[in-house]
Amino acid sequence: MSTIKLLGKTLRRMARDWRLYLMLMIPVVWYLLFCYKPMIGVMIAFQKYSLVKGMWGSKFVGLDNFEFVMKLRDFPLALRNTLWLNLMGLVMGFPVPIILAIMLNEIRSKSVKRVSQTLLYLPHFLSWIIIGGMVLKIFAPTTGVVNATLLKWGLIDKNIPFLTDGPTWQLTYTLVGVWQNMGWGTILYLSAITGINMELFEAARIDGANKMQQIWHVTLPGIRSTIVVLLILNIGQMMNISFDRPYIMGNTLVQDYCDVLSTFVYRTGITNHKFDRATAIGLFQSVVGLILISGANFITNKLGEDGIW
Amino acid sequence: MTTATYQPEIKIKKKSNWTVSQIILVAVIFVFVLTCVMPFLNVIAISLSSKSAILRGDVSFWPVEFETKAYEILFADKSMVNCLFYTVQLTVIYTALAMVMTILMAYPLTKKRLVGRKFFSFLALFTMYFSGGTIPIYLNVKDFGLLDSMWSLIIPGLVSTYNMIIMKSFFASLPQELEEAATIDGANDFQILLQVFLPLSLASIATLTLFYAVGKWNSFADAKYYIQTKALQPLQLRLYNIIKGSTAVDVTAIEGNANSNAQNVSESIEAATIIFATLPILVVYPFVQRYFVSGVTIGAVKG
Repeated sequence: MSTIKLLGKTLRRMARDWRLYLMLMIPVVWYLLFCYKPMIGVMIAFQKYSLVKGMWGSKFVGLDNFEFVMKLRDFPLALRNTLWLNLMGLVMGFPVPIILAIMLNEIRSKSVKRVSQTLLYLPHFLSWIIIGGMVLKIFAPTTGVVNATLLKWGLIDKNIPFLTDGPTWQLTYTLVGVWQNMGWGTILYLSAITGINMELFEAARIDGANKMQQIWHVTLPGIRSTIVVLLILNIGQMMNISFDRPYIMGNTLVQDYCDVLSTFVYRTGITNHKFDRATAIGLFQSVVGLILISGANFITNKLGEDGIW
Repeated sequence: MTTATYQPEIKIKKKSNWTVSQIILVAVIFVFVLTCVMPFLNVIAISLSSKSAILRGDVSFWPVEFETKAYEILFADKSMVNCLFYTVQLTVIYTALAMVMTILMAYPLTKKRLVGRKFFSFLALFTMYFSGGTIPIYLNVKDFGLLDSMWSLIIPGLVSTYNMIIMKSFFASLPQELEEAATIDGANDFQILLQVFLPLSLASIATLTLFYAVGKWNSFADAKYYIQTKALQPLQLRLYNIIKGSTAVDVTAIEGNANSNAQNVSESIEAATIIFATLPILVVYPFVQRYFVSGVTIGAVKG
């Protein structure tokens, strides 16, 4: 009896809010058709997919596609490059915004600070195609400004192969990423620094702490939780790599060093129409990525910091 | 920061902005800033220099053997200018639709009384952790018959869940008593959203509009995946094709004779195209930057 009453009450509440449901319906239908329907589509990873038969008519082949893909020469390379480029980006790129934020915070002239911030944020607003195009120009052998200048000054006697030697290309790729994010990455740290209680700086100063000691003992501990959360979330993104950046910066000379999972999936699926195998690669990436991100969120919550989501 | 503190007990005289340590600090920052400015100067210089000067490696941050041929060729090619307008159109349509969808999703989810609110929130949040992946999404777009149409660049990315969460946390931060008051006055949910909540949310709406617009303006992968027809290629894809040399700008549009083909100016044309694609961002950037900063901070704190 009481369940029926409860049900009636719930239905009445829902009926009263029909306008809210109507609003929700439009984006929810979109979520179902454009996010959840492709999730069902991952089942072609377990099929011998045929465009004609479609995903409901194609033959189920179990893990054949996965086995096939794992045996390809390109797969371990793409996986290794993805993880390695992300790791290098994290190790070299993570500390830079922290240092930059602390330095920006110490600038006393408001106008200098504002102009610096505006210019430092700029690379974040440009597409990777624009940045990549510039990089290809600037680091080109002989004609590129970096090599040309160094040659002219006699600092080097042959070109530095920024874009043409595998490991050097990876370093170029990483440093460009560090550069692109260094300014934008300061925002969260700057706002965290603003949140530090000013009395702590006072107390430190009265105790005779100089500027460096204040930074070490007050500023850094004050933004520690931000650092920890961002670090863990970054680790959670290790399997994800954008398509644009390696695709524009890569070239055939460094193919074994610039091919990553996103470009490998593109080549296998969209260029060569091996949809089932490409989906298998993508699914492998998504599942490992899901584990990493969930792990990262779990840890941030355990630490008592608020996860970003 | 430290100078702004209220200090009742000890009097510290306000330090000058230009002590030695400040000058060193500003100099270091200046080096970082230079790395953000110099690439542009270099590419602008290349776009305005002669081919021989570029090939000699003479061009650094100032045009050598100044010429504007690259820009003349670029603007004479109607398809480049059309591409710019097309990309503006694409960005405007996408941004408007995406904003509507984002608000429609975010607003009801802030109502604690809504039955099924948790379920719908989860439906959205889960997509941040897991997605079908490139190929199933591609095949989905194909199933809907959207391949090689402008809509393939609009519909699949209509809601960014990240942006939706920012919008939601902003709506939730507004005083909910406003709703009660409006309800007593006889307003329904549509009216409350349109006449009470939206006018109070203009700053966040501006922020998210810019997030969507810049994202669309800069997007490349979706166009690379879905678009074949040249007239439907947005700016970033055109730029990519020019940089990677698969299509040259139509030089014959300006140069009558066959000898002066794209090869003669290709380096500077590439540079000019990069500048051409960057300029719209550079023009609006100074005005919109602060909205972005506030958006990032809200996005991280809430959610």
